This record gives sequence, structure tokens and C-alpha cells, in this order.
Amino acid sequence: MTTSVITPEEIIKTGTVVFKKTENINSVPLSYCPGCGHGVVHRLIMEVVEEMGITADTIGVAPVGCSVLAYEFMNIDMQQAAHGRAPAVATGIKRVFPNKYVFTYQGDGDLAAIGTAETIHACNRGENIVIIFVNNGIYGMTGGQMAPTTLEGMKSSTSPYGRDVHTAGYPLKITEMVAMLPGVCYATRQAVHKPTLVNKTKRAIQKAFENQRDNKGTSIVEVLINCNSGWKMTPEQANIWLEENMAVYFPLGDIKK
Amino acid sequence: MEDVKLMKGNEALAEAAIRAGVDAYFGYPITPQSEVIEYLMAQRPENRTGMVVLQAESEVAAINMVYGAAGAGKKVMTSSSSPGISLKLEGISYIAGAELPCLIVNVMRGGPGLGTIQPSQADYFQAVKGGGHGDYRLIVLAPSTVQEMADFVDKSFKLAFKYRNPVMILADGAIGQMMEKVYLPDAKPRLTDDELIEKYDSWATTGRKNGRKQNIITSLNLKSEKQEVHNLDLQAKYKRIEENETESEEIHCEDADYIMVAFGTSARICQKVIQIGREKGMKLGLIRPITLWPYPSKTIAKYAGKVKGFISVEMNAGQMVEDVRLAVDGKTPVIHYGRMGGMIATPGEVLTAVENHLKTL
Amino acid sequence: MTEEIIIAGFGGQGVLSMGKILAYSGIMEGQEVSWMPSYGPEMRGGTANVAVILSDERINSPILHEFDTAIVLNQQSMDKFEATVKKGGLLLYDPNGISHPPTRTDINIATIEGAKEASDMNNRKVFNMIIMGAYLKLHPIVKMENIHKGLEKSLPSRHHNLIPMNEQAIQVGMKKVNLIQNLN
Repeated sequence: MTTSVITPEEIIKTGTVVFKKTENINSVPLSYCPGCGHGVVHRLIMEVVEEMGITADTIGVAPVGCSVLAYEFMNIDMQQAAHGRAPAVATGIKRVFPNKYVFTYQGDGDLAAIGTAETIHACNRGENIVIIFVNNGIYGMTGGQMAPTTLEGMKSSTSPYGRDVHTAGYPLKITEMVAMLPGVCYATRQAVHKPTLVNKTKRAIQKAFENQRDNKGTSIVEVLINCNSGWKMTPEQANIWLEENMAVYFPLGDIKK
Repeated sequence: MEDVKLMKGNEALAEAAIRAGVDAYFGYPITPQSEVIEYLMAQRPENRTGMVVLQAESEVAAINMVYGAAGAGKKVMTSSSSPGISLKLEGISYIAGAELPCLIVNVMRGGPGLGTIQPSQADYFQAVKGGGHGDYRLIVLAPSTVQEMADFVDKSFKLAFKYRNPVMILADGAIGQMMEKVYLPDAKPRLTDDELIEKYDSWATTGRKNGRKQNIITSLNLKSEKQEVHNLDLQAKYKRIEENETESEEIHCEDADYIMVAFGTSARICQKVIQIGREKGMKLGLIRPITLWPYPSKTIAKYAGKVKGFISVEMNAGQMVEDVRLAVDGKTPVIHYGRMGGMIATPGEVLTAVENHLKTL
Repeated sequence: MTEEIIIAGFGGQGVLSMGKILAYSGIMEGQEVSWMPSYGPEMRGGTANVAVILSDERINSPILHEFDTAIVLNQQSMDKFEATVKKGGLLLYDPNGISHPPTRTDINIATIEGAKEASDMNNRKVFNMIIMGAYLKLHPIVKMENIHKGLEKSLPSRHHNLIPMNEQAIQVGMKKVNLIQNLN
């Protein structure tokens, strides 16, 4: 019996390609769990950068957290910041390269807990940067501990009986907080668990980079994603849970535009 | 004569930074070094040279702004005093790990904790033995005059870029606050972005131009095998620095039978002790480390076993004395004399300590 | 020549700026100089002092335990610095506010009624220049032309119109100083 092997070239024929990998995404396996939204958000940023023709002028800042290795996936010049300090690092880059496009990519622990001061003050100075804030309501990388955005009653390894707001405080709506600051020109909350939402998120990211081009100040794009492994659900369950819980407390849409 | 000025150490350092073509300063006020950022702000360096001066929300933010701008290949600095340097240590460790050139200035005050605002040298260990986490080294320069506060800025950046390593100027409140005559260095222009890209495009995040491999500034290696290789590379670099950049001054050591070792303000005091001591017939000498890391151990070792004794004079409880003892290697008795908490030893006190030591030898 | 001076009094009396003008004048004279203040939370009424050294040679220590001259402008400073004057040195003070005058017999002692003279000139701000004039009369370590240049260098240019008044105050101090114990 003979087995015939079908090569990728036979499947993908020039002229029939309708969808391909963004050039600005490196050809390496992503380190994210199946069903996680980080990969989608990475791709959207890189698509926008590519489509705006600013690849050679864009510098990204990776956080500490699941996306610490973002620089291995996004094929642009990047710096990796200490935990929470990405807005300060981005400030340093943008102030010495005012004509470059600078963005941070941060999770909820990085941006809304340990880096709260850097986040608020970069926004308050109106640093002309883009902040991509990926909120999954949990510390994924370190094994599912409570985040500042963990919902009330939600279980995590450091709130095993559910978040008790009387002892642990309330889930932090930091995007709403910084939207109040005059330095912030654009604050929005999006999600990527449905194709229509993916398209909306891409438009939001594009608007944020256009704001930077037009020197309008700080743009913050929050993106809700699931953490199916941290939430101990299947990806599908996690997306449903996100819509029924996360998106209720953290409603989608523009907060400031 | 027009470039001779009477300036505080802090002001001389700030003016020298503008003249050295520094691209950016990020800082947060703290006594006794706030004159650095005050002077820079008053000078409107954005008009003079295009230099960026930004008051950050904290020392933590300031050092991370330094990280970002240094990672872009720019000439960047920050300054602070002891408690503020403690806050910066996380960032300093990252900068050392990512091998970024930059200048960090510590105008030391008394500690621990909030301590006092008066001069101290109690951050010696912090500066030369690590401070932050991990096996890293800062190149540490110890100015002892206002002139050196000015001269060491350019010197620091030359070293920082030569080795892609953070450099610290370790001064103290006395040198920061005192005024002396200073000859200001000639101004040199900042690098243009084109010049910068030509020089540093091999590593700096200047933007990935067509075809160039992406540049990444990071201190992270998830694989321990790779991280060990990185550590070995760092250690090899540190060895090169030790071999090539160690610097010290020997004052009246040629005929000395007793040697003082001191840096910064303490070294100034010891020079007075030499003067008074020699008037009394005592053959005193001084070794003044100019680089605290790498440490001038070989210079000290030359005199070990030849003189009657050594004294390490410091404004602390005895920190550098450990390095003096390592260099002397048991061949000659070594003692420490110091005041703490912002107190400064007078020449008279030090002379008495030397006389008392000599009686026991 | 090396002259090691401590100037001590209340904050607001112009102690630090007098030291700065002396030091700048020294530079104009071609000397090496140092100016080492006691720094702290600066406030009117708090104590302030500055050690000023002018020398023909490289200055070793800016921190000193004895001085050629002490210029003392309040009682706390008298208590602290009388003993630090080198034997044969000079202690200059303003008797206004001094309840315990100096008792040493091995130093030169001079007084200047700085506060009173400044009040007579209707300008309390020139107090420190009157004191400096008194000192320069006894220890003419810098020429008047270099004092003028020192004033120009230390005062911001918007205050250069005040230089003649400051020089007048220096002259008053030179005229009114009173050497009450002269060992020479």
C-alpha cells in the first residue's frame, strides 16, 4: 500500500490565496493556550501597523505576564519592560523618538495593579502613545491568581472561594478611570471572541495609531479576552462566560472618543 | 576665563550633561540632589540642545524611562539620592541584564530608611556589590571635586557605550551641595537620528527598516541554558572592564609608611590629614579610588606588606574597608574610621584615629 | 596664602550669599575656592553656616575643624564656633543678639554693628555686605575691583542695579569695624 503525502504547496496555490499570515508576525509557534485571545490581538496590531505602512517606525513594549514574549511573535523592534513599567518605558522611547509610533501591550495585572502609577501618569501627561490593555480577569502566566479585574465571586487560586469584595476590593475599571484624564484622547473597550468583534477591535486599534500619528495624546484600547485555562473552562465555555459576566461588568464600546 | 564658574556639584553635573550632548534626563526630586533637575529645567535644554528633561512620577518610573530611551540608543541619564536609588534598583538590574548604556547618579545621604539629608557614603555596598538582583556590575565612578562632577559625565557615557553597561556616579551630599571653581567642558552636539542609527542599529530599537532583523531589548531568557550563556558573556565583559578601566590616584604614597584609603569627600578630608600629619613628621599617603568598581585592588596590593598600616576612611560603618582588606590580603593591619548618619569626620578626628592605630603597630 | 573662613548665623541674614560673593571674588582674583554650606530644610530663622576657603593652592578638604576666621552673627553660632578659631585667628561678630560675648584671649576679636548700620541705611538686605566689608578691612584677601566682579558674577543680571548699594555697604562695614582685641 502506498501513502501519498500532500504538500502545503499543493494545498495553497498562488492565485487562490485569500488569507495569509501577516508579514509582521514571526513564523514561530505562539506560546498561548488554544482558544486564548492574545494571538488575535497580536495579529490585529501587526495588521494595522503593516497596513498603515509604519513597520519601520513602530516600537512596541512588551509587559510581564503571558505576553512577556510578545517580541518573539511581533516582527518589529521591541523592548521588554519590568512588571508594570511599560508606560514609563514607552514614555522614554517616545520622548527621544517623537516621530516613531510607540505602543505598550499589557495585561490586567501589569497595567492595573503593579503598574497603576505608571499607567495613570503616562495617561495624565497625555503621552502620545497607544496602550493596548488585554484584560482576562486573572493572572494567567503565574497559574490563575486573582487580578485587579477578577469579578466579584470569581474563583482564582488566591480567591479559591470567590473574590470577596469586602476583603479584596472591587474589580477595577481602570479604562473608565483614565478616560477621565484630559491627556487621554481615546478610551475604548473591545473583545475578540466573535468575528464581528475582531473587526471592531481592529478599527479601534487603527484609530488609536491614527491618534498617535495626529499627536492627539494617549489612546487606550482595552480588549476583553478569555483565559480558558485559568478560568478552568473549555474555550467555548470561556467565551460564553466572558459574554455573560465579563462584558456585563466591563461593558464593550467607546468610553471616550 | 568665561567658562570658569563657581558652581555646586549638582549644577556642574547638570551643565556638563547638556554639554556632553545628553539626549534625555528623567528624574524625581530628592534632597540633596534636586538642583540637578532644577538646573536642567531652568536652562531650557530643549532650546539649547534639544535635550529632553522630564520630571517623572517616581524614581521607579524615571529609571524605566531611562531603560526605554537607552534601549533606543540614546544618551540618557537619571539622578537621585539614596532612598530614590533603592527604588531604582529593579530598573537598574533590568538595564544591566539588557546591557543598556546609561548614567545613574547617586548623591548619597544618610540611611537606612528615610535617614537624613546630610552627606553619607553608606551606599558603597549597594553601588559596587549589586544592590539589585542577579549577577551584574555597574561601573562606579567616585568624584571628589566639583570639577570631577562635571568631568565624569562625559567619561561615564564613553564607558557606558564602550561596554553597553550602566555607569554610576557615586557622589555624596557634600560634593553635590558645595561650590568650587569649575572649568566647564566644551559643548558637543547631540547625535542626529541618522548618526545614531548608523552607530547603534545593530542592537537599538530604532525601528526595523526594510530587511533588517528585528532588534529586541530584553533581560529575559526562559531557557536557563541560554541565560547561563548570557551570564558568562556578562562576566567576560566585566573582566575586560576590570582589566582596562580601573582607576585611582596615589597621593604622597612614594615615601609613605602609613596609607589612608578614601574616596569622594572622605578623600578630600584625608588630603588635609596628610598636610597636618606631615607637618608633624608623619609620613602619610592616600590612595583614592576613582573607580569603585572595578576596584583598584592592585594599586593597594603594591603597598601591602611595605607600609605599617592602612586605614579606610568612609562616611559609613565600614564598607569599602572589606575591599581594602581583600586587596591587602592579611599582609598589613587594616582598620576603618567613619562617621554615620550624615556626620562628616573632620581632619582632626581622622588624624587622631591614625595616631591611635600607629601606636598599636 | 590660604584663608579658611566660617560664616554662621540665621537663615535669611545672607550668610550663604556672602560666602558666595567672597568665593566668586576669589575666583576673579585667580584663587582656588570652595564653599561648603550646612544644608538642610532652609527656613528663615533657622541656623545657617558656610565654610569658605580661598587659597593660592589646590584646596584639599572643604570640611574643616578649625578656621582662620569665624564670622558669627548669632549666639548659637558663637557657642559653636568660638572654639574653632585657630590660635591667632580672627573672630568677627555683630554684638546685636549676642548675650555671651567671646572670652578667648588668644585670638583677635572684632565687632561690627551690622544690623544697626543696615537699619541706618534703611536697607536690611545689605546687612551681609556690611559684615563682609568689616571682614575685608581686617583681612584684605581680595582687591575691591575683584569684589565688584564677584558681585557681578554672583548676582543675577536683573539685580546688577543693586551693585553700587552693596559696594556702599561694604565701605560702611570697612569704616565701622571695631577691632576690640588685637594680638598683633
